[in-house]
Amino acid sequence: MLASMFDGIKAYLFSGKSTPGQADSIPASLFWALVYILLIFLGLSIAVIAMNWLERKILAHMQVRLGPMRVGPHGLLQPIADALKLLIKEDITPAAADKWVFWLAPLMVVITAFTVFIVVPFGPAHAVTDMNIGILFMLGVSSLSVLGIVMAGWASNSHYPLMGALRSSAQMVSYEIAMGLAVVSAVLMTSLNDKGTGTLSMIGIVQAQAAQHVWFVFKFFPLGLIAFFIFAVAMVAETNRAPFDLPEAESELTAGFHTEYSGFRWSLFFLAEYSAMIAVSSIAVTLWLGGWLRPFTDWLSGDTWDMVFALIPGLSLLFLAGMCFYSTTRMPKHPSFRIQTAGLAGFGVVLAAAGVLLFVPPVRAWVQDIFWFSAKVAVFMYLYIWYRGTFPRYRFDQLMKVGWKILLPIGIGVLVLTAIAGVFF
Amino acid sequence: MTDQTTTDPRRYLSHLELGEPDKTFLDTNELVINMGPQHPATHGVLRVILKLDGEKVLGTECVIGYLHRGVEKIAEHRTYTMFNPYVDRMDYVAAVSNGLGYCEAVEKLLNVQAPPRANYIRVILAELNRLASHMLWLGTHALDIGAITPLFYTFRDREEVLKIFEKYCGARLTTHAFRIGGCLYETYDGFEDDVKKFHKFVTPKIDEYEELLTTNRIWVERTKGVGSISAKDCIALGVTGPVLRASGVKWDLRKAQPYAAYSEFDFEIPTCENGDTYDRYLVRMQEMRQSLRIIEQAVGKIPDGPIMAKVPKVMKPPVGEIYHSIEAPKGELGYFIVSDGSTQPYRVRVRPPSFVNLQALDLMVRGQLVADVIAVIGTLDIVLGEVDR
Repeated sequence: MLASMFDGIKAYLFSGKSTPGQADSIPASLFWALVYILLIFLGLSIAVIAMNWLERKILAHMQVRLGPMRVGPHGLLQPIADALKLLIKEDITPAAADKWVFWLAPLMVVITAFTVFIVVPFGPAHAVTDMNIGILFMLGVSSLSVLGIVMAGWASNSHYPLMGALRSSAQMVSYEIAMGLAVVSAVLMTSLNDKGTGTLSMIGIVQAQAAQHVWFVFKFFPLGLIAFFIFAVAMVAETNRAPFDLPEAESELTAGFHTEYSGFRWSLFFLAEYSAMIAVSSIAVTLWLGGWLRPFTDWLSGDTWDMVFALIPGLSLLFLAGMCFYSTTRMPKHPSFRIQTAGLAGFGVVLAAAGVLLFVPPVRAWVQDIFWFSAKVAVFMYLYIWYRGTFPRYRFDQLMKVGWKILLPIGIGVLVLTAIAGVFF
Repeated sequence: MTDQTTTDPRRYLSHLELGEPDKTFLDTNELVINMGPQHPATHGVLRVILKLDGEKVLGTECVIGYLHRGVEKIAEHRTYTMFNPYVDRMDYVAAVSNGLGYCEAVEKLLNVQAPPRANYIRVILAELNRLASHMLWLGTHALDIGAITPLFYTFRDREEVLKIFEKYCGARLTTHAFRIGGCLYETYDGFEDDVKKFHKFVTPKIDEYEELLTTNRIWVERTKGVGSISAKDCIALGVTGPVLRASGVKWDLRKAQPYAAYSEFDFEIPTCENGDTYDRYLVRMQEMRQSLRIIEQAVGKIPDGPIMAKVPKVMKPPVGEIYHSIEAPKGELGYFIVSDGSTQPYRVRVRPPSFVNLQALDLMVRGQLVADVIAVIGTLDIVLGEVDR
């Protein structure tokens, strides 16, 4: 029996089936689903750590300062040191807090933030599952996180968290509608084929873009662009980031809904916030920016260009490795910096090795989709940081005004126009 | 909570008592929360008790005194010279202006005149200090409203002012730059060049700040119409400085009662009309440019001569009292000094602009939102060291 199970597991690997759910036997499905989940969990944790470091560095450079420089070369180990600090901090529950809800709230937030990733298509064959209601599932589960935030604010039994939670729930509920309208107009575009059947499956949406030879952001110009723009604004509000970071407005509510949280529980909120950012960015990438498709598939088509684009993942890692080596030469020459310099060079070697590995043909084919998907998500992550460095914070009523009076009407208009355009063109 | 007039002072008496719960639909109640004294946006240790209906502010009460050091009482046990450094600790971001006001008040009491060269140095340093103070205000105010980046730009540029102070008198913040009767220190070699270089350096920087904020949609929405106060209310409450000028009153002590060498320079008093947070922002930005104008004129024609008037070693001002006020970066800074003929003042009373301006807070934020309280505290440009003394 074990042997047959093993065969099933092995069979999936070379079958070219799209997701673990489509493997031939149930044990194989379970096994591969577990592997995928672990990989995503690992990748997400690394992404959050990297994002933490990058945000601090990029923000610092925008603000004429250096950012973390002490822990590891160029502060590369700072997020790890921070994580370690948060783990060993005393776990404080306020005396007046509702203990169970207080305990449950961060779990709620973090679970929803991670659950949405089971439908994110990193490639045609790189998703935990290909749900036929993928996008609906994603929006539904990610909006559950507001429950966790409200729970956190309520359970803290303190004024500032309560106000933060109220703001957060109002904000997320309002922006969900504009977001939903934008999503629907993109979903509408998937039905523009011979059969006239649209799809809600995340993989299906990207395949529709491939079949129609256009990313939906450029479809029915400027309708797709406007819908994408609405989503891009709403997703910032949805994740409570600047300039819509009212629920945790530092200067007003100290830290908003997680004022009373510290240590590990606080780090769960942090983790959830960043993975939610990645999640909504993946929705935007999937719906409008062609998911895992490489850019210029039509304009620069042919085997030669395919080859060139296939080399980019490896080259970009080699470029990063080169940056590391260049920085190594610029490190202070004092003996006490020897370990750091060696560490930076070692990091460069790891990156270079990974880059070289990406040139090997089977790996190259495997990783390409994931690379393009992650690269597009990374652009959104950079935008998040850029917004934070540039914009002041909206006030609560203005935020509501933007959501209800600007984004919502435009969203409805775009939806109607998209439907009309779909019929006539 | 309908009218916003200040005519009836009884309105203020019981505004913090909780009203009867509103039984219309849900059993709602008003919320009283404490903002401060430990709060990231109250600029020190200001405590504001807010009465809220949801996010709407029904009333506020400022609780001050957390930074009280008894500066005025200390003055009664120090000689006139010994008290001079203490005034720097009141408004510690504009220490030069504090020292200038005190020195001029005592000079008036002693009936001595600081020599012209000393007056020029005083004007240059005081205006540099105004720039430093406004830069700090801009950075923290923008930070309160959520724009974190201007803070670092303004602090970077304020550093250049502090470097000049350090070169001139050895201290960066609490400078103790002036003495009664003039200045203790002659300008260092290259002082003029440094100031000119700073002038050249900082002019485009102010454009840079304005580029980030002045036409920024969110900034305009957050500040326009927020914390409005009319000229009448300003005068009734004794509010001075940029807050008063933003409400349309052209009142600047540098022009109204010229002290030091201000009568010799050509500059304008920027004013606005609406008296809201955005106007106060514009007025202060304009003031920074006007300060640069004064500095440019002053540094070009510093006269030669002594920097210290003839002042007795042991100062015993004649019996009498004096009130002298100057235009500090935050408003009218006045010193009322009573002399009993001895070496120590009988009584020193400081009229701090921050303290008086803070009175307007309640009037400005009523009926607005919590986020506006933060904006208004920032726009009032208070320094708690000066409020509490």
